[in-house]
Amino acid sequence: MTQTRQPILEGRKITVRFGPGCDYCRSHPEIEKGRCPHCHTIWAVRDVDFQLYPGEILGIVGESGSGKSTLLRTLYFDRPATQGEAYLSLYHQGQANILEASSQQKRYLRNHLMGMVYQNPTMGLRMRLSSGANVAEKLIAAGNRNAGQMIGRSQQLLRHVEIPVERMKDPPCVFSGGMQQRVQISKATANNPPILLLDEVTTGLDLSVQAKVLDLIRSIQKELGIAMMIVSHDLGVIRMMADRTMVMLGGRVVEEGLTDQILEDPLHAYTQTLVSSLL
Amino acid sequence: MTKKTNQTDYNFAFLDEGSKREIRRSILHAIAVPGYQVPFGSRELPIGRGWGTGGIQLTMSLIGPHDKLKVIDQGNDDSVNAVSIKNLICRTTGVETTTDTAEADIIQSRHRVPEEPLREDQVLVLQVPQPEPLRGVDPHEEVTRQLHADGEYTGIWVNLFELLLTKGSPFRGADHPVMADGRYVMNPSPIPRYDNPKLHQAQCLYLFGAGREKKIYAIPPHTDVVSLAFEDHPFRQEDLSGRKCRLCGAENVFFDELFDEATGQRYYQCSDTGYCQKRRRQQAQQRGEQQ
Repeated sequence: MTQTRQPILEGRKITVRFGPGCDYCRSHPEIEKGRCPHCHTIWAVRDVDFQLYPGEILGIVGESGSGKSTLLRTLYFDRPATQGEAYLSLYHQGQANILEASSQQKRYLRNHLMGMVYQNPTMGLRMRLSSGANVAEKLIAAGNRNAGQMIGRSQQLLRHVEIPVERMKDPPCVFSGGMQQRVQISKATANNPPILLLDEVTTGLDLSVQAKVLDLIRSIQKELGIAMMIVSHDLGVIRMMADRTMVMLGGRVVEEGLTDQILEDPLHAYTQTLVSSLL
Repeated sequence: MTKKTNQTDYNFAFLDEGSKREIRRSILHAIAVPGYQVPFGSRELPIGRGWGTGGIQLTMSLIGPHDKLKVIDQGNDDSVNAVSIKNLICRTTGVETTTDTAEADIIQSRHRVPEEPLREDQVLVLQVPQPEPLRGVDPHEEVTRQLHADGEYTGIWVNLFELLLTKGSPFRGADHPVMADGRYVMNPSPIPRYDNPKLHQAQCLYLFGAGREKKIYAIPPHTDVVSLAFEDHPFRQEDLSGRKCRLCGAENVFFDELFDEATGQRYYQCSDTGYCQKRRRQQAQQRGEQQ
């Protein structure tokens, strides 16, 4: 594997908490379901460490409420981290904590170095705008002001995800769920970011569409060499996509390793339950 | 029996002096940072919010007893809105009014910049219904203020791109956004795109007042004001070539379009009625001299 290389993205002790916290929950990291029985604070993500290496796909699995999506949205600056650090090798040579960057710098990182595909397309797309404008939004945000170039690039990106170019003027609200996800993917990859974050991209899609979307992500990853973090509660998706896998429970990482190793020889009791429920 | 209101029933220019001072301070703040929307305590007026109360408060706080006032509504000196505003200001100040742009010290306008170029000693007050160019991008004031602070105008550019993609032109008919002094994107009140270039390096002071939204902003004289446009679609005004005012024969002005249903014919006449009347007076004078 690629572990001898420098990680492109590294998280250290990332914590996202909803509520003030109390002495009890601060001193008991393994509270059940991440919810403090005394102050009712929710520890959505707690002390999560991870490394994402260039060109690899890191899978994150866990039950609903385990903190997978919160972790991803924190890395994409949709919600603030309570504490912790994250370093991007392409930003200040990996020396600056991106979670403490200014709002302008965070926008730069989102527009140039990261892409995000949400489970719910309404979070990633502006449903009343045309698909072309949705894709071009990323190009505009990166400073492009040449409309002709942007139209050409949007067409190219939409064609790549098999959206007919003649439907470029249609808003995503008239598209099927699979098409909306594909528009999101083309938007997220518009500026060829080195990192792509994928949050439950196939949830709610039927099996054939799921396979299409996953194939598309795989081909984009191979073609562009993008590093990806993919969140799913579907172990089938993780088995198909991920090189390495992190298992989360109650906001904490309980197990991490090569995907085959996690699925074939799970060590943690929760992972064993997860894998056995699949089999 | 209703009592006829007269000037002595109210403080000069209706507003109390404290209110006028506060508005003048906001105006100074707005002038110091072109295009920046300064919040102000919009006062109650005997006119509904959204009917020009922002503009009225600016005019009331600036006007002096010896100033001459002109009020226009979409270029028209005699529309109901313009006449009502004029009446309110005149009754509470006793100032003279005029329809001649060149004679006026303060011009209050809704949706138009007069055709005649304004001088350094003139102030144009524009009534603004929606001062926030980012309101269509995000409905929350907290967010739009942060976007302005960061100079993040992607949402506005995306809306222009959407216009280009779906309508074939990236320009709005009115209220096309402009960049003031290279820093803030602002709504030039809903003036037609035709008037946008008049804001650039103008001699006069432009003040924008939004009473309902409680914001004041300004373009001081000699400020760069650039209409937003893509590199490959340079900004252009409406194409009014080949049109002529049916009353004064003026070309190269902004027109109102009239449609005669009986004959199916289209007519054009100057949108700025004061300008049109002045031209016609001058033409009549010239004809008289020739005879």
